[in-house]
Amino acid sequence: MSIVKAVTCPVCGSLCDDIELTVENNEVVKVKNGCAMCESKYLGYKSEHRIRTPLVRKDGKFVPVSMDEAVHKAAEILANANYPILYGWSSTNCEAQRVGVELAEEVGGVLDNTAVVCHGPSILSVQEVGIPTCTLGQIRHRADLMLYWGCDPWSAHPRHLERYTSFTEGRFEDSAWKAYLQKVKAAAGKKKLVSAERLEFVKSRPRPQTQACTISGPPQTLKKDGRKLIVIDVRKSMTAEMADYFIQVEPNKDYEVMQAIRALVRDHELDVDKVGGIPVEYLEEVADALVNCNFGVIFFGMGLTQSAGKFRNIDVAISLIRDLNRRTKFAIMPMRGHFNVAGANIVSTWQSGYPYGVDFSLGYPRYNPGETTCMDVLLRGESDASLVIAADPGATFPKRAVEHMVKTPLIVIDPHMNATAMLADIVFPSAFVGIEVGGTAYRMDNVPLPLKKVVEPPAGILPDEEILKRILEEVRIIKAQKMAKQAEAA
Amino acid sequence: MAEMLIKNGFVFDPINRINGEKMDIAIKDGKIVGSVNERRAKKIDATGLTVMPGGVDIHTHIAGAEVNTGRLMRPEDHVKDVVRKTPLTRSGVGYSIPSTFVTGYRYSKMGYTTIMNPSMPPLEAKHTHEELNDTPMLDKASYPLLGDWWFVLEYLRKGDLTECARYVAWMMGTSKGYAIKIVNPGGLESWGFGRNVHSIDDEVPNFCITPREIMCGLAKVNKMLNLPHTIHLHTNNLGLPGNYATTLETMRALESVASGDKPVAHITHLQFSSFAGDGWGNMRSGAEEISKYINAHNHITFDMGQVIFTDTTTMTADGPFEYTLYELSGHKWVNTDIETETSGGIIPFHYKRNNAVNATQWSIALELALLIEDPWKMFLTTDHPNGGPFFAYPKIIAWLSSKKARMATLKKCHKKAQKKSLLPSITRELTLYDIAIVTRAGQAKALGLKEKGHLGVGADADIAIYNINPEKTDIARKYKTARRAFGNAAYTLKDGKVVVKDGEITQHVDGKTIWLDVQTAEQVKVDEEMKRRFKEYWTVEYDNYPVFDHYVKVPSPITVKADV
Repeated sequence: MSIVKAVTCPVCGSLCDDIELTVENNEVVKVKNGCAMCESKYLGYKSEHRIRTPLVRKDGKFVPVSMDEAVHKAAEILANANYPILYGWSSTNCEAQRVGVELAEEVGGVLDNTAVVCHGPSILSVQEVGIPTCTLGQIRHRADLMLYWGCDPWSAHPRHLERYTSFTEGRFEDSAWKAYLQKVKAAAGKKKLVSAERLEFVKSRPRPQTQACTISGPPQTLKKDGRKLIVIDVRKSMTAEMADYFIQVEPNKDYEVMQAIRALVRDHELDVDKVGGIPVEYLEEVADALVNCNFGVIFFGMGLTQSAGKFRNIDVAISLIRDLNRRTKFAIMPMRGHFNVAGANIVSTWQSGYPYGVDFSLGYPRYNPGETTCMDVLLRGESDASLVIAADPGATFPKRAVEHMVKTPLIVIDPHMNATAMLADIVFPSAFVGIEVGGTAYRMDNVPLPLKKVVEPPAGILPDEEILKRILEEVRIIKAQKMAKQAEAA
Repeated sequence: MAEMLIKNGFVFDPINRINGEKMDIAIKDGKIVGSVNERRAKKIDATGLTVMPGGVDIHTHIAGAEVNTGRLMRPEDHVKDVVRKTPLTRSGVGYSIPSTFVTGYRYSKMGYTTIMNPSMPPLEAKHTHEELNDTPMLDKASYPLLGDWWFVLEYLRKGDLTECARYVAWMMGTSKGYAIKIVNPGGLESWGFGRNVHSIDDEVPNFCITPREIMCGLAKVNKMLNLPHTIHLHTNNLGLPGNYATTLETMRALESVASGDKPVAHITHLQFSSFAGDGWGNMRSGAEEISKYINAHNHITFDMGQVIFTDTTTMTADGPFEYTLYELSGHKWVNTDIETETSGGIIPFHYKRNNAVNATQWSIALELALLIEDPWKMFLTTDHPNGGPFFAYPKIIAWLSSKKARMATLKKCHKKAQKKSLLPSITRELTLYDIAIVTRAGQAKALGLKEKGHLGVGADADIAIYNINPEKTDIARKYKTARRAFGNAAYTLKDGKVVVKDGEITQHVDGKTIWLDVQTAEQVKVDEEMKRRFKEYWTVEYDNYPVFDHYVKVPSPITVKADV
């Protein structure tokens, strides 16, 4: 039995690096400091869905093959493809991503990562207006106002508040956990009451419709000392339950609400009573709180990037931060989902200049979201082969995109038999990044952290980086042979 | 093994006082040697060509978190300059923030072989090193940003120089850095709450220390540690009218640390710190005052920070300065504050000839370079990409070495800037020997890189050969020829291998990453107390903070014995 300390958790963009694992007989048996997601990954990754050997589809059925055969077949598909897409990358390490860019360049394909269905719009806005941001420690030490907009860290980034924002002890700001503890207890009690009530009466009495916009939490809480927590969302999430102030915005009205706050921050009068269903007085409360803090920060998630307005929502959010910086100190940060989606953007950018949706088909990198992302290419039905790694587009992409992906040869590299792998022609099993293989990942604030190898992968199962390198090598051999043949013919 | 002989070139090697002599250079196993077997050695015929040590750049932002965010935010910069994949080289994009591979290729094509990446936040040092691994053709090193690091502020305030020195030594090894970088000392910590310091005696909020104390303290620490380079300083009030006074004060403050003629500081991109006037309306050059001081003192070296008239991207750890630029331009603005260490900002910027301020800036850098008499004090940079992209260096060489060239440009500048410019009164023209000093020898000397910047026996065989015949071409008159020649080296040799021929890459090589292994008598104690403090200051674990050895592809550490 051995204990491994300071392990970086390969689940979400918070990239907590204080996990303590107990390893026994090449298996993780105990997880300390981790959240539920972290524990379930470390304890549950060895499921029955694990792929044990490379698979190739023959007559509609998967047949186990040798690594060499799978590599050759995959390389043949890519080397002969005219316009392949290489998608995924967010749940693997930077070392594999580096090889990925080289492979995409070699085969003249479209390199894209999961940001395209996630924080891609945020990147577009950064390219429009920039982004005033900081690392998470800066927030821990200094921020006295956090605003979570369109995201629910309590569920999606469970230790975010505890490690980086409201509940952490900073040099200049104290933790606000005691007050929240009472609040959470009260909320839990209330929930129990409500559910008991529902159990009893659900059959006899129809539940009253919740109003589209309910304002909860007395505004006075915004006037308290110390760290303040504001949540703006379309529903009362777990995080919202703990907030000092929660504003429930009508779905797809974030843009208006944010513009209204922006106007208020700029001292404009609003001549309407409500914006996005929210009375203007409440927005004024929020604007006052924003302007009067010492250091504020807005975190935003899919609720902003993937609702109506998309990158325009982020555009106005960042513009609001620009305005606020003329009054006080403010930062903004996207809540990145996958543990290394930030790394995928970063690696792609340093090698090609562009963060996602990079088209190498002309021999140089080209970037034009709306034209060159894998989603655009799939929906136009133009790609003629796909390689998917460390992502599951089969389960998450629009039907039409998946339909085209399946029509053309599909190569999948993944530890698990996920939805995409089930549709694939060639499947490579890979080692779990951050458990069975180390490497580097980037946190949501672009801080690089080392991942640790804590157990050996099953026999014969290679890391992503190794598989990609072999495919790349084989592609080069096949291309060289083709060239030689052409030369001979000529 | 691999022997090579460069025959008959006009050699300019200022460190060894060789000024255009016709001679042969012998190479064996990547190093310069006294002689080789003439028959066996591969020969390069350099008859009628200029041979210099490979170029050294003391200050160029080419890798790391900040540069990469610049790349990410500026697709419009990339789209006008794309680079195709070839059988030998990787594809990429160019212009003001080139992708890593293209950066390496373009430097190499200009005959450069060593570059210094001047701003590395230690927390994100892994990122910098990952990018440097992907920057081929060059030897490189980075300067960790230490001027506003809480450990430094706290120990200097306590007056505990020894402990401060130990931590700086620890940080050099931990971040795999090369020199102490100080940016707007005190200003970056203040920027954490949106404030700044405005003179070298302003107190930093919450820390009770002044920029003067930080600069002088770290300069002393630098001496105690015997680091090969001096402190590398970006002054307070950078980029603001009237700041030449601050710069003068800074230089005077550092006199207290100096002893003898050995430099104790390098003030970088001096142009941005030499503005006179009290507002943008009457902003003018402070080059005369600054250069007068510099000509009378020897304790500091400098680089230009030349402005190029083009669209570029400004990026610096000086967050408050970038905020000022944002207020001025309203352009897209990136700010990134790094916990307990530093900050950073990025703004795209277009320097225009017909803008009086920009044109004056252009003039200031040249005035400084020409008025400072000793070329060993003032080096050629653009503070890439802040003043302009590095591939404009040949233009600057032309301006420095030809009055005709600079007057041709000045004539096209804003009238107000023309009238105020000192350039018409300056007749000095740098010779090829001077150019070799300001582009390689002087920089290598200031950096303390003993095997770079010269062609003496034992030096690295990093060599640039340019298509200039000093007997036939007067670069002062034929400045366009010089410009072409310096932009496309006839040959570039890296560690004795020909990597560029006639301005084209002939082979892809990985350069080395240089860093300092500073050995102190007593090391920083890494105990539970240190780890606890670490946990308080940063949001990452102590165990995950260092740049591990595997983050450096071709390591080349230099061991330094410290006095503490």
